[in-house]
Amino acid sequence: MALDSMQEILDKSQAWGKSFWEVVLETDMQEREVSREDSLDRMRHTWRSMVETSDGYASDRRSRSGLVGGDGGRMREYMEEHEPIGGNFLGQVIAEALATGESNACMRRIVAAPTAGACGVMPAVLIPLYRSGKVSEDEVVKALYVASGIGAVVAYKACIAGASGGCQAEIGTASAMAAGALVQLRGGNEEQICHAVAMALKNLLGLVCDPVAGLVEVPCVKRNVVGAANAICAADMALAGITSRIPVDQVIDAMGDVGRRLPIEFRETALGGLAVTPFGQKVKEQLKNAPEE
Amino acid sequence: MLDIFDILGPIMVGPSSSHTAGAVRIGNIARTLLGNEPVEAKLLLHGSFAETGRGHGTDRALVAGLLGMQPDDLDIPNSFALARERGLHFTFGEVQLREAHPNTVVLDLTGQGGEHLKVQACSIGGGRIQVDKLDDVPVGFTGEYNTLIIYNQDDCGYVSEVSKALSQAQVNIANMRLRRQGKGGLAIMVIEVDQKIPQSVITSLRKLEGIRKATYYEREGA
Repeated sequence: MALDSMQEILDKSQAWGKSFWEVVLETDMQEREVSREDSLDRMRHTWRSMVETSDGYASDRRSRSGLVGGDGGRMREYMEEHEPIGGNFLGQVIAEALATGESNACMRRIVAAPTAGACGVMPAVLIPLYRSGKVSEDEVVKALYVASGIGAVVAYKACIAGASGGCQAEIGTASAMAAGALVQLRGGNEEQICHAVAMALKNLLGLVCDPVAGLVEVPCVKRNVVGAANAICAADMALAGITSRIPVDQVIDAMGDVGRRLPIEFRETALGGLAVTPFGQKVKEQLKNAPEE
Repeated sequence: MLDIFDILGPIMVGPSSSHTAGAVRIGNIARTLLGNEPVEAKLLLHGSFAETGRGHGTDRALVAGLLGMQPDDLDIPNSFALARERGLHFTFGEVQLREAHPNTVVLDLTGQGGEHLKVQACSIGGGRIQVDKLDDVPVGFTGEYNTLIIYNQDDCGYVSEVSKALSQAQVNIANMRLRRQGKGGLAIMVIEVDQKIPQSVITSLRKLEGIRKATYYEREGA
């Protein structure tokens, strides 16, 4: 992807007289040598796949380890009886993040965004808006271009894999992408998108990747919730005119720097953090001794 | 190079792009390289594939790929049962390889027509893969290009014959590597190209004396 910094997207946006999402669309057309319609069709298909995951969620499914499953359903049930503390919208966001994250752990079809472990963040913030009729499919597709442009820049300047940079690189990046997408959906400008990205990424800086038994289950699924909630806060701050004091590209560089310096124990190796708690170790032992099917 | 659909994507069956989606792709490319329906597969897992593979469904994903499934196929979790139905007998074991990527598998395959192939491949992240060895000869290709693999007798002239055939078909070579087991023995050419290679070109290459095998892998979405 020939988008090497957020500044470059801003510059191209100015020079071409096009909005953020169109700069990303045009770049995709050039890079992959496809027509505008081809690119838009593929993004629409990507979006529909996200919705399909949510529609196909079943709360009785369990992951291979048995640790994950059912929480999306629990959240949905809770909302039928109670008003969530953060209101119905945030409640729906939590339920969607869990449903998609659990679907991933239960070997259902998901859209990696930017990774499979962080696949719940984007749908969590977009699906409730879409289902309530507040945004159309075309608007969501534009927001997905914004998100993918942000992700491409982070992948180029820093990293998006837990094994490279910890959870901040996965959930952090997903949260930054979601924050940018929300600003786009609410009619924010290019600078506001950048501030939202910077704030979302800063708030999750340093988050380690410490999966129990090395599986994309605990704590990954619930971290999708925090990634989504953080994205909403960052987007609202940016839309309110609150700015990140540190420029967005410098924040992305800092994330990459922190990632590189994270001890290997905190980069998906399951050798530190929650993975080495007595509970985590017990799960690992149980899985090792489980009979072959 | 990451395009935006590597960022929002792949669309895949979970839980892990490296341990699940990449594993399906490895199975799939191994099946294509074998050139026939596999009936026997011995799979040896190395490193993280051996450590956390079962929890990530790496085993099911590899078998799913051997059956020809794509990374987004919802039948991936059921691949063991489907393999039994389709007469693919498989076994899993562990192996410790020297200087191999943590997510590596060695597949020893037998095809319906008696074909035999050993593939060593690894999943390098985000669902992307690399084929490291074919029949113990180092090759190193990713399947991100359309790839032609020629097995020939190590002797003069084969490179020029093959490249001539490709240029006549207006196929441009992007990358090319040559490896051999030993002087005068088996040599392998790995040729990554920008266009699709017509079947007729591959058929005629197979007829050349001294060419033992020609295998063609067309990248996903090509």
